[in-house]
Amino acid sequence: MPVVIGVPAEVAVGEKRVATVPEVVEKLVKLGFSVAVQSGAGDAANFDDDAYRASGAEVVNGAAALWAKSDMVFKVRAPTAQEVGLMHAGTILVSFIWPAQNPELMQQLAARKVTVLAMDSLPRMLSRAQKMDALTSMAGITGYRAVIEAAHHFGRFLTGQITAAGKVPPAKVFIAGAGVAGLAAIGTAVSLGAIVRANDTRPEVGDQVVSMGGEFVTVDYEEEGSGGGGYAKVMSEGFQKAQREMYAKQAKEVDIIITTALIPGKPAPRLITAEMVQSMKAGSVIVDLAAEQGGNCELTEPGTVVVKHGVIIIGYTDLPSRLAKQSSTLYATNLFRLTEELCKTKDGVVNVNMEDEAIRGLTVIKDGTVTWPPPAPKLPPAPPAAAKPAAAKPAEKSKGHGHGGGGAPASATSTAIMFAVAAALFWFIGANAPAAFLAHFTVFVLACFVGYMVVWNVTPALHTPLMSVTNAISSIIAIGALVQVAPPLVGGTADRPATWILGLAVVAIALTTINMFGGFAVTRRMLEMFRK
Amino acid sequence: MSASLATVSYIGATILFILSLGGLSHPESSRRGNVYGIIGMAIAVLATLFGPQVTAGGYGWIVGAMVVGASIGLYAARVVKMTQMPELVALMHSLVGLAAVLVGYANYIDPAAAGQFTGAEKSIHEIEIYIGILIGAVTFSGSLIAFGKLSGKISGKPMLLPGRHFINLIGLLVVIWFGGSFINSHTVSEGMTPLIVMTVISLLFGIHMVMAIGGADMPVVVSMLNSYSGWAAAATGFMLSNDLLIVTGALVGSSGAILSYIMCRAMNRHFISVIAGGFGTDGGTPAPAGGAQPAGEVVAISAPETAELLRDSKNVIIVPGYGMAVAQAQHTVYEITKLLREKGVNVRFGIHPVAGRMPGHMNVLLAEAKVPYDIVLEMDELNDDFPTTDVAMVIGANDIVNPGAQDDPNSPIAGMPVLEVWKAKTSIVMKRSMASGYAGVDNPLFYKDNNRMLFGDAKKMLDEVLVALKS
Repeated sequence: MPVVIGVPAEVAVGEKRVATVPEVVEKLVKLGFSVAVQSGAGDAANFDDDAYRASGAEVVNGAAALWAKSDMVFKVRAPTAQEVGLMHAGTILVSFIWPAQNPELMQQLAARKVTVLAMDSLPRMLSRAQKMDALTSMAGITGYRAVIEAAHHFGRFLTGQITAAGKVPPAKVFIAGAGVAGLAAIGTAVSLGAIVRANDTRPEVGDQVVSMGGEFVTVDYEEEGSGGGGYAKVMSEGFQKAQREMYAKQAKEVDIIITTALIPGKPAPRLITAEMVQSMKAGSVIVDLAAEQGGNCELTEPGTVVVKHGVIIIGYTDLPSRLAKQSSTLYATNLFRLTEELCKTKDGVVNVNMEDEAIRGLTVIKDGTVTWPPPAPKLPPAPPAAAKPAAAKPAEKSKGHGHGGGGAPASATSTAIMFAVAAALFWFIGANAPAAFLAHFTVFVLACFVGYMVVWNVTPALHTPLMSVTNAISSIIAIGALVQVAPPLVGGTADRPATWILGLAVVAIALTTINMFGGFAVTRRMLEMFRK
Repeated sequence: MSASLATVSYIGATILFILSLGGLSHPESSRRGNVYGIIGMAIAVLATLFGPQVTAGGYGWIVGAMVVGASIGLYAARVVKMTQMPELVALMHSLVGLAAVLVGYANYIDPAAAGQFTGAEKSIHEIEIYIGILIGAVTFSGSLIAFGKLSGKISGKPMLLPGRHFINLIGLLVVIWFGGSFINSHTVSEGMTPLIVMTVISLLFGIHMVMAIGGADMPVVVSMLNSYSGWAAAATGFMLSNDLLIVTGALVGSSGAILSYIMCRAMNRHFISVIAGGFGTDGGTPAPAGGAQPAGEVVAISAPETAELLRDSKNVIIVPGYGMAVAQAQHTVYEITKLLREKGVNVRFGIHPVAGRMPGHMNVLLAEAKVPYDIVLEMDELNDDFPTTDVAMVIGANDIVNPGAQDDPNSPIAGMPVLEVWKAKTSIVMKRSMASGYAGVDNPLFYKDNNRMLFGDAKKMLDEVLVALKS
């Protein structure tokens, strides 16, 4: 008996999305699952029952019947108390949950002895988890729709035009916060022809803004704004003041402001004050994507559009739902990717593997036991990935050429052992070797150190020239052969095999000269090629 | 020229050599660095020629030998292709090794050189000769084999004899034993036998050592032999009591040692395990079936589609590997780069430290194709940028972009730093077939959803991409 995945119709007012689409149903069936969809679940997102039937799903009438027969339920919004009541023990629920904001719901769910995977609790830093990241796909849609809503309410073109009827200046759009939603908004606004500026407290996203075609506006104040995990953090008072000044200036200049600033677990920062709204041109538009968390704009009213001081302020909280077909498709694909991870055997059997980091993070309730919040994710073994958190950055930078500096300093014990060995070695040489040898030995050791210091500074791009030049230099051995060819002889050399020595020395000279000239010439040839 | 004047000239030459290496810290100053090296060498040679240790009778021979050597060297430097640099460098190392052996023998049979020493000094002098010849012989035969492997005359596969560590150990013991009898010998002819036996063993040891090392570890070997050639020069310096040789040898030796260290770290391998040879010596088996078999489908892509993708992107990172060198595709790569940059696409190159067959090999090839060096970046410099990259194009590289090194602790290359091309929006891998890289490890990258495979000879496929881009 295969596992039945149930997809109920969303009950929240105005929610048009559905947790799976016919295209994805086919893939789920291929993984070995049966899929049951509540009749009418996809209507609002333009997927009718027939389309689901055609793709291999069973269409069930009524929520109660659907919940009763499902072993695994896909939803978009967190379940209502009534829906929780329909669940039977052992059901696996996959949905947005927001466990931090909904402690009561968590208790109700735990009491039903079910397993709950919260799409909002996915550890987003795992690169493997990106394909399941529904927050990102929803945020992208939000950003796109925000620009479309703004354009709808804005009384002018976004793009600049020169027509027979006169010149139209391009609209100026300012986007606060360059997260996923912000970047999507930048891209959309740019493609509509607007001049786009954006700001973010994390300076490293500046390149991303530019890459989307926007202009990055910085706050004139030095502070690192990354709060770890790719999110922003609360900034200092001084920074906020400088930021307010910048916003006030932008408000006077631009036609459309889209705010996306959110800090996890905190009310949205107040970026746009009433005075700033007042200072904007009549007919300007503000889209506040943080409306649900209190709004980035002081005058936002969540869920509706208001006009204050001649400025249209849009506080919709259901932007993904307003693009229901697109967001349903992306969400369904995210869920499908998750299902693949849950069912690696592809035989329709679900295994909630708590050893798997991504699954562990997602699972907020396991068989009635609350497992949220998850333990801090263990970092992947490889250093490049582990170096991702911002804290590790400066250390990496300080290494100069990337290789320089010799990596992590050796531990105290191994350093001590090395010094002990070196000391013993030096003592042995000092005790036994004659003075003449020691003079040369001193030179040798010092030269090794000079070489060590100098070579660490060589840029990796020039490693091949370094080898060929050191190779050329090592033909200094020619000196050894030169002094053997015809040395000044002083007595007692009757039995000197002069011919042999001469022969050996001449061959050695020829060999090293090949090296000497060849090495320098080829180095020169290579270095000539390095150009800016 | 007096002895003191010659010594002062040597000091000058030493300083110039150090400046020469120092100049390589940046491409701008590197050309001047090379000139310093040339001047230093000229001073050293001239000071020796006109110094007290060479009499006029030898000039004819010396000039003759130098003219022959110089013309061969200059000719080789002119005709060598940039893709053949590793072979040339290996071959040149062997010359230094051979020269060290010859000088050592000549010094030993010269009674004028040995006569001035007595007692402990004599023993030390003989040890110096012995060690100098030993290092020289290993460098010579090892470099020849490395040359053979790099030029494809010898198979790149590691040749692993049964009980090879045992063989090496016996060789070492025999060498030490003969060393004892060499020092205790009273006449030249008596010492000659142990010396020749040792030389033969050293030659065999050099061959054996490099034969056991796989093709992917070649960068380590080449830099290690570079280091050996320096130590050979330093040992010769001790033998002749010549500080210039000691200093120069030590500079070259430590430079090669550092390069070997850098290369080993880039592959997350221990120096010892590379020298010990092959994979599988440190416990793990190279079985590709070990751990999870990569799941998913391999999606192929055509050259015109690749061109389409490149044209529509803003950020492109190209990751070249040995395959680009083999196919001689660097010029086409640059043509594509130029075209894309004219269209405003931000094209950069990501170089893994061990890409190619010797340290910095890729940089030289790209420089030859006139790619400006400021868009050629190291792994550490751009690894964080892949998530914002639209297309990452991998040309003839495999192990250095293997995500298994990070994800799969059972992989033989686990822990080796790799270029994270899979984080780009799309990665395109150009490859002749699905065969695995030198490490013999399957590459999960090929099975990723955002990865596309462009099968075919790198040069041919890139030419097609270029044509499609131009149209």
